[in-house]
Amino acid sequence: QGGGSAVIDMENMDDTSGSSFEDMGEMHQRMKEEEEEEAEGEAGAAEEEDGEFLGVKGLQGQLGRQVADQGGKMWQAGKRQASKAFSLYANIDILRPYFDVEPVQVRARLLESMIPVKMINFPQKIAGELYGPLMLVFTLVAILLHGMKTSDTIIREGTLMGTAIGTCFGYWLGVSSFIYFLAYLCNAQITLVQMLSLLGYGLFGHCITLFVTYNIHFHSLFYIFWLGVGGLSTLRMVAVLLSRTVGHTQRLILCGTLAALHMLFLLYLHFAYHKVVEGILDTLEGPNMPPFQRVARDIPVVSNVVLNTTAKAVALTL
Amino acid sequence: FAGLADVSISEDIPVEGEITVPVGSRSPDDDYSTLDEPVRDTILRDLKAVGKKFVHVMYPKKSSALLRDWDLWGPLVLCVSLALMLQGGSADSKDDGGPQFAEVFVIIWFGAVVITLNSKLLGGTISFFQSLCVLGYCVLPLTMAMLVCRLVLLAGSGTVSFIIRLIVVAAMFGWSTLASTAFLADSQPPNRKALVVYPISLFYFVISWMILTFTPQ
Repeated sequence: QGGGSAVIDMENMDDTSGSSFEDMGEMHQRMKEEEEEEAEGEAGAAEEEDGEFLGVKGLQGQLGRQVADQGGKMWQAGKRQASKAFSLYANIDILRPYFDVEPVQVRARLLESMIPVKMINFPQKIAGELYGPLMLVFTLVAILLHGMKTSDTIIREGTLMGTAIGTCFGYWLGVSSFIYFLAYLCNAQITLVQMLSLLGYGLFGHCITLFVTYNIHFHSLFYIFWLGVGGLSTLRMVAVLLSRTVGHTQRLILCGTLAALHMLFLLYLHFAYHKVVEGILDTLEGPNMPPFQRVARDIPVVSNVVLNTTAKAVALTL
Repeated sequence: FAGLADVSISEDIPVEGEITVPVGSRSPDDDYSTLDEPVRDTILRDLKAVGKKFVHVMYPKKSSALLRDWDLWGPLVLCVSLALMLQGGSADSKDDGGPQFAEVFVIIWFGAVVITLNSKLLGGTISFFQSLCVLGYCVLPLTMAMLVCRLVLLAGSGTVSFIIRLIVVAAMFGWSTLASTAFLADSQPPNRKALVVYPISLFYFVISWMILTFTPQ
């Protein structure tokens, strides 16, 4: 009975070799679908067979099929290009491990960034995560914007937002790279991501200080915060770096540079983006006050004036 | 055909062939039919979709309509109207109109892109444009706050108006943050929601701050 193989070939069921032009469209449609379903190599072979089978009518059919073929090829080429571009975008995945944190970890690290460690004899652990530092930089940008707006700072070239973002990101990335370079010269055991993370968390002190002093305009308060809060976060960073460096000269160079840059940055942020006032300023009177011009000026002169004013105010109250 | 009646096929012989499934209801002609409809129908359909999403933002329930069919028309309209309303509020330099508009535009789109990247890096399952769509649409309450602030400032700019504006802007800021959190936080692992909510609230805080400190000259 059924000794051979039974191959049911449905392809020849719709035999249109004797039909008219109207069925060309249907055949064209089937050819297109067939091509889309199969791989490209097989589609080529199948079409060649059909070409021979169709005979005369195959000429117009072949043109139709070639058009469909071109269309199919363009679709494939487009898809390939799009997926190449997409995989370029998907390189974001190289940053993924640095964002693998839990909220409790972030909170713990924020609090730790204000506590200097005592043990500087063996290397302290630095977590290489970038979420906390990035959020802190953005928070600093927001606080700076607030400070610039309330003091009516006029920016001659560029925009308020551009200046704030440029300052904060420039500090974070630039000083991190510079200290990393110095650490390379001084043989300190720290990687770039760790340095970025350390400096980023060190900006937490800056955020707190600026947030408080942009709203309460007491200069003595600012100096207390500058030394206290800024000093604590700087001490923490310095202690961690000390624990990872050997040699007195190298420690001095590295930690001295970092401490100086960090403290001076806080000083700069306060004075460059904030109104120099005498006493308590009522921020609701903003439009009535003369705008603070952000032009090149002598920082020592300004700070002398401020110191004198503060000393006078303190002397008067005593 | 009588001879085929007693043909039997044993199980180990492969049966091969092709069965082309007839293309059903969606023939390619259906895709081209929207080209033939009047322009009014196309615009009305898109407007209805945008309007439906606005309603979803104002009454944030956990629905997936905002996420499924994302579009960026709404965010564009909101961003442009907010930027236009925020113009003319800076100091006396003669080119203050330009940077103000570009500033707002850049802040909104750059901020939205950064938040989207952040949520994707934290392990979110939402796609890039879906997140942009949600963040853009949730600027709607703040745009309404800007409108109210402008109207209040027409009446006068004293302490009372400041307090009114502060209350309105604070309420709308809360609404925006809640609305966007309702849509976006579900796509995150449950213990990391706070990590995603913080940048969103910072973003809307910056926009609210720009609205609150707006004083027309």
